[in-house]
Amino acid sequence: MKKTQKQYWKGLEQLSNDPEFVKHADNEFPEYLPLNSNKESGEGGTSRRDFLKMMGFSIAAASLAACEAPIRNAIPYLNKPVDVDPGIPNYYASTYTNGGDYGSIIVKTREGRPIKIDGNPDSPISQGGVSSQIEASVLGLYDTHRLRGPQKVEGGNATKTTWEELDKAVMAGFDQISAAGGQIAVVSQTVMSPSTMKALGEFMAKYPTAKHVMYDASSAHGMLKANQDSFGKAALPSYDFSKANVIVSFGADFLGTWLSPVEFTKQYSKTRKVTPEKPDMSRHFQFETNMSLTGSNADYRTPIKPSEQGAAVIALYNMVTGSSLPGAKADVAFLKKAADELKKAKGKGLVVAGSNDPAIQTLINGINAALGNYGTTIDMNSTANYRKGDDAALDSFVKDLNAGTVKGVVFFNCNPAYDTRHGAQITAGLAKAQVSVSTSLVLDETAAGCQYVAPDHHYLEAWGDAEPKAGHLSLQQPAISPLFKTREAQMSFLTWAGAEVEDYYSYVKANWKANYFGQQSEEADFARFWDSSLYKGFLQLPAAEAGDIAFGGNANAAASSIAKNYKAASGLELAIYEKVGIGKGDQANNPWLQEMPDPVTKATWDNYVTISLSTASELGIEMKEGNTMMLKLTANGQTVEVPAMVQPGQANGTVGIALGYGRKNAGKVGNEVGVNAFPMLAALNGATSFVALSGVSVEKTGVAYKVARTQTHQTYMGRENVIQEALLGEYKKNHSAGSNKVKIHTYSGEHKDAQDISLWNGHDYPDHHWGMVIDMNSCTGCGACTVACQVENNIPVVGKQEVLNRREMHWIRIDRYYSSQEPEEGAGMIDSLLTMEKAAENPEVTFQPIMCQQCNNAPCETVCPVAATTHSTEGLNQMTYNRCIGTRYCANNCPYKVRRFNWFKYHDNSWFDKNSAMNSDLGKMVLNPDVTVRARGVMEKCTFCVQRIQLGKLTAKKDGRRTNDSDVNSACASACPADAITFGDLKDSNSEIFKLLDVKEDKHGVVKVGNERAYHVLEELNVRPNVFYLRKIRNKDGAEA
Amino acid sequence: MQVTSSVRDPLVTGGKTIHDVTVDIARHVEAKPNKTWGIGMAISLVVLLIGAYALYMTLWHGIGMWGLQKTVGWAWDITNFVWWVGIGHAGTLISAVLLLFRQKWRTSINRASEAMTIFAVICAALFPIVHMGRPWLGFYWALPLPNAFGSLWVNFNSPLLWDVFAISTYFSVSLLFWYIGLVPDFATIRDRATNKISKLIYGGLSLGWVGGARAWMRYEAVSLILAGLATPLVLSVHTIVSFDFATSVIPGWHTTIFPPYFVAGAIFSGFAMVLTLMLVTRKVYKLEDYITINHIELMNIVIIITGSIVGIAYITEFFIAWYSGVEAEQYAFINRATGPYWWAYWSMMTCNVISPQLFWFKKIRTSIAATFILSIIVNIGMWFERFVIIVTSLHRDYLPSSWSMFEPTIYDIGVYLFTFGFFFTAFLAFAKFFPVINMAEVKAVLKSTSEKVSK
Repeated sequence: MKKTQKQYWKGLEQLSNDPEFVKHADNEFPEYLPLNSNKESGEGGTSRRDFLKMMGFSIAAASLAACEAPIRNAIPYLNKPVDVDPGIPNYYASTYTNGGDYGSIIVKTREGRPIKIDGNPDSPISQGGVSSQIEASVLGLYDTHRLRGPQKVEGGNATKTTWEELDKAVMAGFDQISAAGGQIAVVSQTVMSPSTMKALGEFMAKYPTAKHVMYDASSAHGMLKANQDSFGKAALPSYDFSKANVIVSFGADFLGTWLSPVEFTKQYSKTRKVTPEKPDMSRHFQFETNMSLTGSNADYRTPIKPSEQGAAVIALYNMVTGSSLPGAKADVAFLKKAADELKKAKGKGLVVAGSNDPAIQTLINGINAALGNYGTTIDMNSTANYRKGDDAALDSFVKDLNAGTVKGVVFFNCNPAYDTRHGAQITAGLAKAQVSVSTSLVLDETAAGCQYVAPDHHYLEAWGDAEPKAGHLSLQQPAISPLFKTREAQMSFLTWAGAEVEDYYSYVKANWKANYFGQQSEEADFARFWDSSLYKGFLQLPAAEAGDIAFGGNANAAASSIAKNYKAASGLELAIYEKVGIGKGDQANNPWLQEMPDPVTKATWDNYVTISLSTASELGIEMKEGNTMMLKLTANGQTVEVPAMVQPGQANGTVGIALGYGRKNAGKVGNEVGVNAFPMLAALNGATSFVALSGVSVEKTGVAYKVARTQTHQTYMGRENVIQEALLGEYKKNHSAGSNKVKIHTYSGEHKDAQDISLWNGHDYPDHHWGMVIDMNSCTGCGACTVACQVENNIPVVGKQEVLNRREMHWIRIDRYYSSQEPEEGAGMIDSLLTMEKAAENPEVTFQPIMCQQCNNAPCETVCPVAATTHSTEGLNQMTYNRCIGTRYCANNCPYKVRRFNWFKYHDNSWFDKNSAMNSDLGKMVLNPDVTVRARGVMEKCTFCVQRIQLGKLTAKKDGRRTNDSDVNSACASACPADAITFGDLKDSNSEIFKLLDVKEDKHGVVKVGNERAYHVLEELNVRPNVFYLRKIRNKDGAEA
Repeated sequence: MQVTSSVRDPLVTGGKTIHDVTVDIARHVEAKPNKTWGIGMAISLVVLLIGAYALYMTLWHGIGMWGLQKTVGWAWDITNFVWWVGIGHAGTLISAVLLLFRQKWRTSINRASEAMTIFAVICAALFPIVHMGRPWLGFYWALPLPNAFGSLWVNFNSPLLWDVFAISTYFSVSLLFWYIGLVPDFATIRDRATNKISKLIYGGLSLGWVGGARAWMRYEAVSLILAGLATPLVLSVHTIVSFDFATSVIPGWHTTIFPPYFVAGAIFSGFAMVLTLMLVTRKVYKLEDYITINHIELMNIVIIITGSIVGIAYITEFFIAWYSGVEAEQYAFINRATGPYWWAYWSMMTCNVISPQLFWFKKIRTSIAATFILSIIVNIGMWFERFVIIVTSLHRDYLPSSWSMFEPTIYDIGVYLFTFGFFFTAFLAFAKFFPVINMAEVKAVLKSTSEKVSK
C-alpha cells in the first residue's frame, strides 16, 4: 500500500497554529465548555446555574426517597430450630374444647404461627370433620381484645397488675373466706378435662368451703336428669347415627348445634350416601318449631309448636310401645308413619329430642328402649361428657351469690353474666362477693364485674387434655408460645391451691402417667406412650364391659308432667335456638363467624325473630331483598326490638330467636351485634327451658330495617339445570332419575349433548386434571367449608354494610333453595313465575355449595382484556392478581357468579376494622403466607386451593412419585364434616374422585363419566365445568309432602 | 334576495351574502360572551366541580363507592359509557356519511355535531378507565405495548380490547376530521382579528392557511378521504361496543341482533343530542337562517327511522327469546318487562319507541318546542335502554341464589354529572372560541340559495 503523505487539519486554526487552539489542543473537547468556565476564570466555587442544578437534583432525590415504601424488617432465625423450615408448614394434633364442645384437631403452623385448623382424620369421634366454630377459633388467638396479662378490675375498667400481686390478693382473700367458713364457688361450663378436674380438686382441697358449679349455656340438664331416672346414670349416651335407618328428631338440631354436631354429621352423612351398589339411605323425620339446619335436611319435616312437642312425643311413645298414656296428640303429620317405620326398623332406629325437659327426655328414652336402640344406635356405656352442667346448681349459686353467702367466686373460662338466664342477677350479685376472679381471655361481661382477671392462655397456647367420652382421652398441645403474659387457668388454681407444680405440662403428663398409661397395653414405655398419644392427639382406652341397659323411667309421671306443663295457650310461642356459626356467643368477636351466612336464613351480622309466612302476612311484613321491619318481641317479661325474618317452615303461631348476640363486652367486632336472647330463657320442670309457651307477643314498630343476607332469592324457580333431585324410589329404578339433559338440535337433524358441540378445540391436560364432586345428598349446608376457605385463602371480612351491598367475599357459598309455592292450574307464564318466587309454607330445602367451577371453556377467560385469568395445563382457571386491572367483565360473564371483586382496600383500612385478620399486626399473624392478600381493585375467586396443589406436587416430586389423593386436598373438602366434597385428579385412576365419578374418558376438557347421578350445573351452556354435582335424593315415598 | 327553487327548499334563508355569513358566525368568536353564555358556563362549571368530587372519592377509595356488587358488576358506568359513545355517533354520520351522499344541508350542522362527537367520546372514554379497579395500571395495560413482563400481551379475544381500538380510532379520526374542517375558518378569524393575541392563536391554529386553489383542492380531497375512512367507523364503533354484550353468555346479552340494533340506537340518540344542542345554539346565537326548520325536519326524519329500527329490534328480541325455548333467556325478557325493573323497561319503550312516532305528524316534526322536548326524551330513553340491557340482564341471570337488586349511590350519579359538566363546559367553550358553523362550507352552498352571491 502506498504511504500517503496527506495531512488533515481539524480546521484553519490548526493550520495557522492559532494560540487559542494550541491551548486547548490536548483536551478531549477542545471547544469552549461552559462547565469549566468559572474555574478557568479563576473565580472558584459553584455557579448559580450549578447551584440550581444541584438543588434541583437534591430535591428530586430527596422527594423520590420519601416515596419509598416503609421498611419492614423480617427477623431471621439466628439459630434455625430443627423442625421449622421457612415455607414448610408443621402440623400438631391437638384438642379444641369450648365448654362441652369438643373437636379433635390438627393445627397447621407456619414459621411458628398457628394459621389453620383441620380435623383430625384419625379421631374416631370427629373423623376429620370440623365445624365452622372450630375452624374460626384460630382467629381468637390473635384477637386484639385479648387481655395481655393479669388485670385488676374496678368499675369495669381493667388495669395491669402482676401475677404475684394478683396471686397474693386472691389467696389472701380465699384464706380469709375459708377461715371464716364462707362459701367459695368455682363456676365453669362443662369441664371435660380430667387434669383440670384434678387441679380443681387440689384447689378445693385447699379451700374446703369451695365447690364447683358446672353449667352449660346450651344446657342438657334435662337429658342428664332423665338418664338418671331411666338408667341410673346422669350422663349423656354416645349416639351412632350411622347405624340408624330411621331417624326421628323432635327439635334436636343434631347436624347444627346439638351436643356434638360434627360427630353426628359424620355419622349421619354415611347413611345419606347413595350409590348404585347401595341404593339405600336413612329416612329422617323431623318435628320442630324453627327451621333448623337438621330440619332442612330431613326427608319428612313437620312444623309443630313447642307446646305440642310433649304431646307428639307421648303419641309416638304410645304408638311404639302400644301403651295409651293420656295427652297424646295424634294428628301430627307423618308421626304415624315415623312410628310405623321405627317399629319396622327395630334396633336400627334413633329417636332424639332437643328439649331440655326431663319428662320429654324420659319418654324419648322409653321409646328408644322399646325399640331396642340401646346397644345399637345409642350407647349408654360409653357415655359422653359433652354436657355435665347442672341447672339447679347454677340456680342455687345465683341465689347464694345474691344472698351474700358466696363470698369468693372464680369464673373459670365462662361468662354466666351473659350466657345464662341469670345474667343480670349475677352481675348484681358479684358486687357482694369479697373476692371475684375470672380466668377469661378477654374482659367479658362477667370479668368486667369481677375484681381480678387471671387470663388463661388461648387453647392453642396451652397444654391440656379432655375426656369427651368415657375411655376416650384427647391431648391438647400448644402450637405457639404464649403471646402475652397469660397463665393457664389450671396453673392459677394450682398456684392458689399452693401446689408445688413445675408447670401445667408436667402436671398433665404426670396425670396421664398415673391414670392412663397403665390402662393401655400398646406401649410399654411411658415416653413412647406419651409421644404416640401426642402424635395421634388422642388415646382410646380399651372399652369397658358393656352393662345391661334397662329402661326404668316412669313414663306415666312424665306424661302427666307434660300434660301439666304444656298447656296450649292461644298466643304466640317462642323457640330459642342457637345459630350454627355464632352458637352461644362466646366467639362473637370473631368476624369470620359473624359474616358466615346462617345456613338456613343466609343472614349475617344479626339476629332476628323468625316468623312464619302467615304471621308475616298478619303483620303485613313482606321481605324483599333484606328489607324488613323491626318488631317488639316480648317473652319472659323481656322486651327487645329485633328485626323480623320471614322463615318458611316456621310453625304457625310460633316465633324463634337465636342466642349468642347482643354482647356488650366481646370486642369491637361482636359488641352490639343483634340482641341478647338469654334473658328470655325461663325454667321448666327444673331445667332451663329454651321455649316460652305463653306471654309471647310481637308488635310492629313501623321502623324499617335491613338484614344483611347473602342470598335474597329463596327459590330456584324450577330451574332443573341448576337443581336436580329425585326420590329414592325413582333412583332405585333409574340411576339417572331427575336428570334434565338438554339436547341441542343441530343442522343435520341430530340431537347432541351440549358438550359435543363447540367452537373451541378444548384443552388437553397431559398430566393432572383437577376436579371436584359435590354430593348434594350428603351436604347438610353447615357452612364449615365457607369458613375453612376463608381461613385458608385470606378472604377478607367486609362487614354488615358491605354484605347489604351484596359484596361478601366468600369463595365458596352454599346456595339454599326452598321449594316454591305451586302455581295455580292454568295460570299464565308471568303469574306462574311470580308464584314460583315465593317459598312454600313448609318447603323442601336443597343446599348447593357453589364455588368457581373451573370451566374448561371458561367464559371469564375469553373476555379479560389483559389475560389476567387464564387456563392452566391442569384444568384450573387461574387468576393472576397482579395482572388484573379490574374491569369486572369476567364476573359479569360468569354464569355461576362466583367471582369476587375487591371493591375497597380491605386490609389496613380503618373503614374495615372489623376485618380483624388484616387490620392489625396481631391479627395479620393468622394470614396464610402462601396466599396473596389481594389489593384493592382486583378480582378473586376460588383457586381449588392452588397453593395446596403446588405443595402436594412438590411433596410427591421429592419422593419421586406421582401426586395422589393423600398429597392434595382442598380446604373445603378437608373441612367438610359430611364428606360431601371430593377433590382430586381426574387423570389418576386410583383417585377417589376418579372412582366416584367412574371417569370413562377425559379428552379436550370433556370428561365423560359413568356415574349417572353426576351432572354439571348449567350443563347446556357448554362451559364444561370441572365441578360435578351428584343429584339430591329424597327418601320419600311419593308426592305426599 | 332569497332564491326559491321549485324542487328544493333553500338551505340558508334570509338572503345572506358571503360576507353576512362571515359576520354572523365570526362575531360570536370576536365579541365578548353574552350573559346567557356566562350563566350556562357557570352552571356547567358547578356541575363539573360536584362531579369532580364524586370522581375523586371514587378514585381515592375505590369503586366500592358505587352501587355495584357481586351480581351486577357493571351498571351506571357502562350504561353511561355506551350512552355517550352512542351520542358521539351523530357527528361522524353527519360529517362523513352525509358528505359522501352529498347532502348539502349538513354544512350548517356538521361543525357543532362533530364537536359534540369529540366531547361525547371523551366523556365516554372516561368510564372504561374510571370503572377499572386499578385504573393507574389499566389505562396502559389495556394497550398492546411492548413490555418487560416477559412480553405479556393483551388478550385479543376480549371485546373490551376491541373497544379500546374502536374508540381510540374513532376518536382520532373524528378529531382530525373536525380539525381539518376548522382550518379555513380559523384563517378567516385570524384575518379578521384585531388584537395580537387572537391573531397569534388563530394564526397558529389555522396552520398558515392562505386559501389558495391548491389548498382548497387538498382540503376537499382530505375531507373525502377522511369521510371514506370515517364511514365504516360509524358502523364499527357501536358494533364493537355491542360485542361486549353479544359475545357473552349472559341471557339478555347473548344476542346476535345487537350490532345493527346498537348502531341504529346510537344514531338515534346522537341525532337527538345534536338537535338538543343546535336548538339552543340557534336561539342564543340567532342562527335561525342557517339552521332552518328544514334542517330540523330532516333530522327528525332520521330519528323516526332509527327509532323504528330500535323498536323493531326490541320486539325481535322478545320473539327470539320465546322462539329459542331457552328458559333463562325467556325469563330474562319477561323479567325486563314485568320484573322489579319494569319501570326502566317501560320508560325505555315509551321514550324510544312511542315518542319518536309523533314525528310522523308534520306539525310536530316542524315544531321547535316539540322537537326540543322529544330530543331530550329520546336521550332519556336511550339511557334507559342501556340500563335495561346491562342491569336487568345481570341482576337476574342463571342462578337464582345470586339474584340481587342494584341501587346507585350518590357517587354513581356524581360521576355521571361530572361528564355532563365536562361536556357542557367544553361545548360552551367551543361555542365561544370556535366558529360553531362551518363558514367555508356554508359559503359553498350559498350559491344555490341567495342571489346576492354571484354565480
